[in-house]
Amino acid sequence: MAAPRAYLRLVSPVWNAGFGGARGLSGMVAPEGTQKKKRTLGQYLADHFSDVQALREYLTQRQMSKVHQKNWIPTNVKNQYGPYVAGAFFILKLGGSVKFQGQEWIGPNGYSQFRQGFLKFQTVPIEAVDASGCALNYNGLDNLLPLKELQTLSLQRCPHVDDWCLSHLYPLAHSLRELSLAGCPRVSERGLACLHHFQNLRRLDISSLPAVSNPSLTQILVEEMLPSCEVLGVDWTHGMKLAPEEPPQDTARPVPA
Amino acid sequence: MPLRALRFGLCQGLLARWFGTRRGASTLDWHGKISEMKKKIQSILPGGTWDQLNDTGHLPPEQADVVIVGGGVLGLSVAYWLKRLEKQRGAIRVLVVERDHTYSQASTGLSVGGIRQQFSLPENIQLSLFSVNFLRNINEYLAVVDDPPLDLQFNPSGYLLLSSEKGAAVMESNVKVQREEGAKICLMSPEQLRYKFPWINTEGVALASYGMENEGWFDPWCLLQGLRRKVQAMGVLFCHGEVTRFVSSSDHMETAGGEKLTLKRIHEVHVKMDHSLEYQPVECAVVINAAGAWSGQVAELAGIGTGPPGTLQGIKLPVEPRKRYVYIWHCPQGPGLETPFVTDTSGAYFRREGLGNNYLGGRSPSEEEEPDSGNLDVDHDFFQEKVWPPLAQRVPAFETLKVRRAWAGYYDYNTFDQNGVVGPHPLVVNMYFATGFSGHGLQQAPAVGRAVAELVLQGRFQTIDLSSFLFNRFYWGEKVQESNVI
Repeated sequence: MAAPRAYLRLVSPVWNAGFGGARGLSGMVAPEGTQKKKRTLGQYLADHFSDVQALREYLTQRQMSKVHQKNWIPTNVKNQYGPYVAGAFFILKLGGSVKFQGQEWIGPNGYSQFRQGFLKFQTVPIEAVDASGCALNYNGLDNLLPLKELQTLSLQRCPHVDDWCLSHLYPLAHSLRELSLAGCPRVSERGLACLHHFQNLRRLDISSLPAVSNPSLTQILVEEMLPSCEVLGVDWTHGMKLAPEEPPQDTARPVPA
Repeated sequence: MPLRALRFGLCQGLLARWFGTRRGASTLDWHGKISEMKKKIQSILPGGTWDQLNDTGHLPPEQADVVIVGGGVLGLSVAYWLKRLEKQRGAIRVLVVERDHTYSQASTGLSVGGIRQQFSLPENIQLSLFSVNFLRNINEYLAVVDDPPLDLQFNPSGYLLLSSEKGAAVMESNVKVQREEGAKICLMSPEQLRYKFPWINTEGVALASYGMENEGWFDPWCLLQGLRRKVQAMGVLFCHGEVTRFVSSSDHMETAGGEKLTLKRIHEVHVKMDHSLEYQPVECAVVINAAGAWSGQVAELAGIGTGPPGTLQGIKLPVEPRKRYVYIWHCPQGPGLETPFVTDTSGAYFRREGLGNNYLGGRSPSEEEEPDSGNLDVDHDFFQEKVWPPLAQRVPAFETLKVRRAWAGYYDYNTFDQNGVVGPHPLVVNMYFATGFSGHGLQQAPAVGRAVAELVLQGRFQTIDLSSFLFNRFYWGEKVQESNVI
């Protein structure tokens, strides 16, 4: 199974941070080959000097703790103004968008405006959250679980959403109508199996998940598991790669993101 | 004059020839010598391997602070937490001794790999909750710089425990304890069960408990390799050998009641190398017995249980190997993707294995029909007679199935109360146990490792209080009974 790419990249930024001075700006445009060579230099130094090793370990740890820092829980806000305001603050701060019932979408640009007028939203439930591409992880999801009226949740291309997160979402099972997991690099068929709690789901997007080993089979099994839900997954034409000849206009078509 | 000329010529010729040969030879040798020197310098430099005449690289070191007997997931976890909780980097020298370096008989690799919180004892629930937290953040705990992240393959599908009318009250009180400890468990009536899992025949089921989160199964081999990799990067030493002898000193004492006691302290561990008679005595301060199913034998080597019966010296470590079979079968009409880890009222269990309608399951035999634990041969009749009938009755689709594969593994079975033994022995004061978990050792290993490491380093439990799992309970006869042993 292909390891998620975004995850593997974790090592090189650490290296960049540690030896940025030595590499300078050329590192940004250096081809793949030289980058590999320099990485082995870092490895070599770490093998021979325990200080370098300790430094590299520290930098890796810091990289990981950054994600945890982003996924804080605004306990004070939650106690004072309720779960809706706290959830909205959290998602807007991460760079996502929120839709209160009967209101317009509030995007990350509307954060300052929301800060001034959030008091009127205290009792208005949140009905949709779009956290596409945010650094949301398991701990951060705790902010969304008290939103009992949440109907639409989009977690597209979230690099830290994994199978554990999907099993954590079960308190939303009664309200959720639409869920999008498209492009999450760490979601696999093992996590999709626990979506069977979501019997009210009407629309589920599981397209382009690189960690799923058999996308077509997984889609069929998920459709069997959720009979009343429309499952968006693999394109049927995409699965028929073995066709002897492809029409030429297919290759010219831009690859969908 | 001619003579002198002759002599001169001769000398010149000789000299020239001498120089010539000398020069010719030296140019040839010079390159060889330089590369030889280079090799030598490289091997002497830190990180190189110096080829000595008597290479003792395969032997364990002569001294270590902590010797861990058993390199399975429990032993490695103790090593990990010892290194992680040490005050100063490199302060403790830890040696892990493993007899079977391919792990062909180790319980870790042969396990089904389940993790659940549906226990009856609060300690077991806490251990399992801590471990699930460890497994969720495994790539932070076990991160090694430059190595790819681990793929634990965790299936968060939950456990479904079925109970007959007789056991319903016990199940209800267990679930209450589990919820108090923070586990996400819900109770289901037979009607709800039929609605949620239509493939189950609810005949004879009065109540079911189902784990919503943090329960499921994972790849035990991945956890073992991840721990091994991390522990090696932290500087723990490994040795492929067998512990054959403990050298200990003893102190004779008398209690206030007049009873004579012998306190022992282990000073040296003799490690015999694989396939040879060579052995190495290792001086040590603490020995950790994490030998799993064979930890009873290791305890006996240290003189535990050799005294007269009825005294503290005469109490053996009640851990012995018990053989358990695991079968994989194919059933095209079987339950789908939502299948949890189901445990029937009869004690038989099964779970889904992959996407291709394969299932994996087994059953613990009763005390009378316990198979011989001398080898790991599989008894296929056991499936036909004991496993299949209850499962086919519970899930009618399993009436047609085909067994694909089967294997057997060992439980480190605690015959006293089916719970782990943690902490020091009261008489052999520097032997610590981390064994006897009777089939749930894999899922609790991360937490147990931490508890033992805290006990060694700080002298008391800090994260989870495991005082009820101490060895003393065998002397007092206090059973801490766990009712949910699968």
